[in-house]
Amino acid sequence: MSDDADAVGSEEVRHVAGLARVDLAEEDIDRFTEQFADILASFEALDEVPEVDREEDLANVMRPDETREGLAREETLENAPETEDGCFKGPRVS
Amino acid sequence: MATGYNGYVTAERIEGADDGPLAGVTVAVKDNISTEGVRTTCGSAMLEDYVPPFDATVVERLERAGATIPGKTNMDEFGMGTTTETSAFGPVENPAAPGHVPGGSSGGSAAVVAAGDADLALGSDTGGSIRCPAAFCGVVGIKPTYGLVSRYGLVAYANSLEQIGPIAPTVEEAAELLAVIAGPDERDATTRMPPEQGGDGEDGGNGDGGDLEYASAADGDVTGLDIGIPTELVEGADERVTEVFRDAIAGLEDRGASTREVELPSVEYAVESYYVIAMSEASSNLARFDGVRYGQSGGYDGNWNETFAESRRKGFGDEVKRRVLLGTYALSAGYHDKYYAKAQDARAWIQQDFDEALSEADVLASPTMPVPPMELGESLSDPMTMYLADANTTPVNMANLPAISVPAGETDEGLPVGLQFVGPAWGERRIIRAGSALA
Repeated sequence: MSDDADAVGSEEVRHVAGLARVDLAEEDIDRFTEQFADILASFEALDEVPEVDREEDLANVMRPDETREGLAREETLENAPETEDGCFKGPRVS
Repeated sequence: MATGYNGYVTAERIEGADDGPLAGVTVAVKDNISTEGVRTTCGSAMLEDYVPPFDATVVERLERAGATIPGKTNMDEFGMGTTTETSAFGPVENPAAPGHVPGGSSGGSAAVVAAGDADLALGSDTGGSIRCPAAFCGVVGIKPTYGLVSRYGLVAYANSLEQIGPIAPTVEEAAELLAVIAGPDERDATTRMPPEQGGDGEDGGNGDGGDLEYASAADGDVTGLDIGIPTELVEGADERVTEVFRDAIAGLEDRGASTREVELPSVEYAVESYYVIAMSEASSNLARFDGVRYGQSGGYDGNWNETFAESRRKGFGDEVKRRVLLGTYALSAGYHDKYYAKAQDARAWIQQDFDEALSEADVLASPTMPVPPMELGESLSDPMTMYLADANTTPVNMANLPAISVPAGETDEGLPVGLQFVGPAWGERRIIRAGSALA
């Protein structure tokens, strides 16, 4: 299935959800599989787009690397669901 | 102040400076723009309790200009939607067309202006999210040239496409608000001073846009204006919309404008390429929401990946999950060239087409939306139908150009129809002048 770009199966949706770190309920997987088939089928139209030379008008934006005031530690921790000893607390690295 | 149509997520007042060009004026702010000390949810359960420790640059500029912010407006979750029905805080109803959606994703911002609950509002436009709700609610909305307005403090969805811009009852008021928020900001390296103001493209300095002035262009004078009408953006539209559009164009011709047809063959691929790019950028941008530094926690047991996936299952709604997954897919090994690289080709092609069309005409005009406002609930079950409603707005973001949506009239059923003018890069004054002939 993974080699067939024209169709997406539930296994592929499960795999991508894993890559994207989104836990999906079983019924979501069925619905998303159906919708993704529809959306990806329309994206197939991009095959007809010719290669185009890109004329990027870009300029680097530079500034001196100077220290300046930033947020205080307490402020950065304000929104964390859990903190410990002035640090963010995440899940255990098992 | 709560509204019957659910326009605000948080109705908490923020007072600005005592005087300034916006003293005594209320400016509602979309809830993906950071306000220090006032929660900023992005319409998502993920950020239900998130209170930013800093102000977005545009909020600082509003406060300095004397504006009062009456609240944070409801929106599609993380800006992902065309109807403002994907908000975790419930859908917004269109005050100008009860029973219908207000358009999205800045639906709350357009609704509070249409209802008169705020004088003006800020929205953000990634693929039409200012212009669509402006059109559906019968008000004015401007999507500025990429790089005119700082996004510092805007919660990112698709950085290469989005701009913050004004929503207002009239073009002149929208232009006044644009002047307040426009201009370089050293905290957003994509901003610059417009070339005609002496900007050399390398000025990321601390200019505050004080030199920029747009309102005087709103003089309604379209004598000699050469309007190009891209056939591709009119042919596909609903007849109820094109009828109002053609009447409005005829009115402009009566006032001295001339029109010509122009071709934009690349826009046939705009919606598809836009969604590939927007979803890809979204999948990367939204990786930051893991429930550790902010957001919905996934708990503290189990391994990192399972915990993050649990946080994101609880915090994100369906449309956000869809776009994050599809973006991840489009960027994954084996598909990058097929989707993402082709979408970038389409983007370059669209830019060339607009350059060519705008070398023949002063501005381009089309219906803002190919359809009138949908009924509430009508389009949610079918994502692709919703995406196709962005056919006329997404090409402008892909080309980095400025555009304005102005009310053009109503369908026979009384539904608002918007007309979109697109100008060359940094041509804000030109589209403001054209738009001011209508509103």
